[in-house]
Amino acid sequence: MTPIAWFSEVGIADRPTVGGKGGSLGELVRAGIAVPDGFVVTTAAFEQFLAALEAKEPIRPLVEALDPNDLDAATRLSEQLRTRMIGDPMTSEVETALKDALNQLCPDQRPVAVRSSATTEDADDASFAGLQDTFLWVLDDASMIEKVRECWASLYSVESMTYRRKQGLPEAGVAMAVVVQRMVEAKCAGVMFTRSPTTGDKSVITIEGAWGLGSSVVSGEVTPDKWVLGKITGEISQRDISDKHARQVPAPEGGIVEVENAADIRSTPCLTDEDLQALRTIGRKVEKHYGKPQDIEWALDEDGAVLLQSRPETVWAQKDAKAAPVVAKEASPMAHVMGLFTAGAKK
Amino acid sequence: MSDKSFALPSSIAVIPGTEAAQAAYPYYTQFVPEDDQKFWFYNSMHFPEPMHHFDMITAEAAYVAMGAFNTRVHCLPTAKGVDHRIINGRVYIGGVVVTDPDEIAERVAEFQQRAGHYYENWESLYEQWKGKMKALIAEAQALPSPSLPDYEPLETITEGDAVPASHDLLKIYQQQIEGYHRMWHHHFEFLLLGYGAYMTFFGFCKKAFPEISDQAISRMVAGMEAEIFRPDEEVKRLARRAVELGVDHHFTDDMSIDEVLADLDKVSAQGKVWLADLEESRNPWFNVSSGDGFYHYHRSWNDDLSLPFAALPGYIAKVKAGENIERPTAQLIEEREQLVADYRELLDTDEDRATYDQLIELAHRVFPYVEGHKFYCEHWYTNLFFNKIREFGRLLLAHGFFGPDGVEEDVFNLTQYELESAIIDLMLAWGVGAGPRGPAYWPAIIAERKAAIAEWAKHPTPPALGNVPEAIDDPAINMLWGITRENLDSWLDDGTENPNELKGFAACSGVVEGTARVVKSVSEIGRIQQGDILVCQVTNPTWSPLFQKISAAVSDIGGSMSHMAIVAREYNLPAVVGTGLATVKIRDGARIRVDGGKGTVSILEDA
Repeated sequence: MTPIAWFSEVGIADRPTVGGKGGSLGELVRAGIAVPDGFVVTTAAFEQFLAALEAKEPIRPLVEALDPNDLDAATRLSEQLRTRMIGDPMTSEVETALKDALNQLCPDQRPVAVRSSATTEDADDASFAGLQDTFLWVLDDASMIEKVRECWASLYSVESMTYRRKQGLPEAGVAMAVVVQRMVEAKCAGVMFTRSPTTGDKSVITIEGAWGLGSSVVSGEVTPDKWVLGKITGEISQRDISDKHARQVPAPEGGIVEVENAADIRSTPCLTDEDLQALRTIGRKVEKHYGKPQDIEWALDEDGAVLLQSRPETVWAQKDAKAAPVVAKEASPMAHVMGLFTAGAKK
Repeated sequence: MSDKSFALPSSIAVIPGTEAAQAAYPYYTQFVPEDDQKFWFYNSMHFPEPMHHFDMITAEAAYVAMGAFNTRVHCLPTAKGVDHRIINGRVYIGGVVVTDPDEIAERVAEFQQRAGHYYENWESLYEQWKGKMKALIAEAQALPSPSLPDYEPLETITEGDAVPASHDLLKIYQQQIEGYHRMWHHHFEFLLLGYGAYMTFFGFCKKAFPEISDQAISRMVAGMEAEIFRPDEEVKRLARRAVELGVDHHFTDDMSIDEVLADLDKVSAQGKVWLADLEESRNPWFNVSSGDGFYHYHRSWNDDLSLPFAALPGYIAKVKAGENIERPTAQLIEEREQLVADYRELLDTDEDRATYDQLIELAHRVFPYVEGHKFYCEHWYTNLFFNKIREFGRLLLAHGFFGPDGVEEDVFNLTQYELESAIIDLMLAWGVGAGPRGPAYWPAIIAERKAAIAEWAKHPTPPALGNVPEAIDDPAINMLWGITRENLDSWLDDGTENPNELKGFAACSGVVEGTARVVKSVSEIGRIQQGDILVCQVTNPTWSPLFQKISAAVSDIGGSMSHMAIVAREYNLPAVVGTGLATVKIRDGARIRVDGGKGTVSILEDA
């Protein structure tokens, strides 16, 4: 396997080598959805790098030997391993592959986003969610490589290691892929659920968005505008335009910074009706591709809407699995009508 | 909330000076002290304006028929009829529910058998129904005009009948009253069952898709050839024909209809062709009422062409701009089928899909009646009915019953019983050969009643009276009036939360800001300007040619199935219905925002 895989080359089945996020972005490309171009630093790159480190001093055996209840030991080990993951010299083959890929992705020197892309199903659990890293507005190849190494190092955080020890997971299978993606110059961004987060209704799409990068919405720092659209009809049944006090924008030195919004845009809707309909069309297409409701991150730049991520909605999906029919089946529709005409009698 | 209460009926005073006019309504419509025990609501959906004394027959005949069908024909398990009372010219109604479990069980068995017969044979029964209605209409059309000759024609003797014309007055009057009652029986033959089947599908959709809009559901069910849309379609057709025939320049915003008709007849063969087209549309489609058909002054388009003609210039401009304004039926059917299929795909289980299929099939079966009956009943027949009464008005006027300044419309200030007594007075006088007593008796009474109606119209009336029940368990009232415990609570709460916001049913989504045009009766629709937001007590499908002019609509009363809601969805016009008090709280000319998706109306700037 190669250390680099382009989005167009991978799909969700490649999760073990490109991680959930990488696989799902590849899958979106396959479904014909616009996503910012990018590549995945596969687990092969991670393994190569780890092998080089282990050639000098063991890593995995130390983790396997860890007592998950000894927090001090875990903290010490985490610090030690993290220092090595970040500070030891980079494997030259991997470094070259990464630099070449970045050159190909951004001949214009545009910034990228670097995101960890976990390979295990557990990584979708809430317990693991916090362990994923995202670095925005990464400006050059040196910083990009540094952020990739940060993502790798997150595998050896205290929480992550103790979680694996408690689960008894073998360290040999533990690897991390990393997504490197062209940064979108988002005018506004946010999330989209292809069902209602409040009632689970699959006939609506809920869209939330705010000015600037989507990180302000995902992190909850800004109360986003919210719309509810009929998934099938497109009618906009709810519009909650909020006071969006700030937005996150790129910082000149890389990374992001929060700035105050000018008074005139704070309470202006960040999406037009046309934008909402375009997002609805995309949402339906992704949902159809996966065959189940999706939890999507989107951004809007000058060329229109792009998706940054799409994953299956999980909260209501669990309830669906246990769901009974809406009403009990009857041989004749008359029995249902009777229910209506005797409604008062049941009390 | 259950401790909240509306004013008790006994606390509602008759407006001073109108006592005699109030007392003239039939004794069985007057509030009595026992009525304080019951819950009543103002039926502003059907009777948004104070009632002329004759027009009370519409309430009465409708509640006779509805009660008979609910209680004794279909035997609805939990709901009997609707009681009605009148105070200050306003009609209050209250449902009668069945609570005894044994009686309900007995009625369930009856209902199943009876309703089952209708649902199973719906199409053939509905065809039969249309036949009955058309025969009834033909019967009313065949009734002669009441008139009294100086001498009976010789045929009265030679042909052996020997019954004089005065008797015909009574016969025509009684036959017309009888026919009107029969029409209301036909009206209720299918109505509740039709609504019931529709509401069952509606309820299923709301459970399966908690956030689905009423609009989406009704779009899945909407009929394509329904009579309700036809009059407006005829106006569009006439606009297209005017352009095709090259006579469109005759139709302008400030035209005189009589002159246009005369000019078209004079100027060219093409003009005559258009007039022939107009005749074709008029019979039967212009028998549609420009109101809801519940008041004598809701005249039909045939009686007053101003409404369809007001819409012609706008439609003609669109035709000339190359727009296809006629309903694309084939495309609408295709869209409806796609919508039904797309929602079906979202269901999780085979069982749900099976239920969905059953219920949408039944809803499609009943819907032509739900949408179509109004044209035959409230419009066509009712128009014939009031016009026949008008003929009696003309006759009584000619005999001096309404005084020197009287008009034929004065006849509607008499109750149906008083009118019969006036007819008998005239019959007597004609036979006796002396003058009738009426001319000395009626003019003062009529003047007093006219003044009372004008006075009543100035006073708002409470949306409901009496204690709010814990639950409104009457499916008939839920279905027809959209009255639920929730919206009663909101009527009670009104103004305590945000005095500048009204809540109602989200009838058709979209957000619009504009100038409110508060229209309290049909006669005011001429005030509506392009882009205005219509605020009214209730509207009606035949206002639909006006819907091209307005940007949104708000009504005091109506549920998701009210005609305003149906037509608003057809025109994709943002609308909020059932707000309770919009015509009272919003002043004409105020700047308001209508959110048809949320069902809210905000007053932005008072007039």
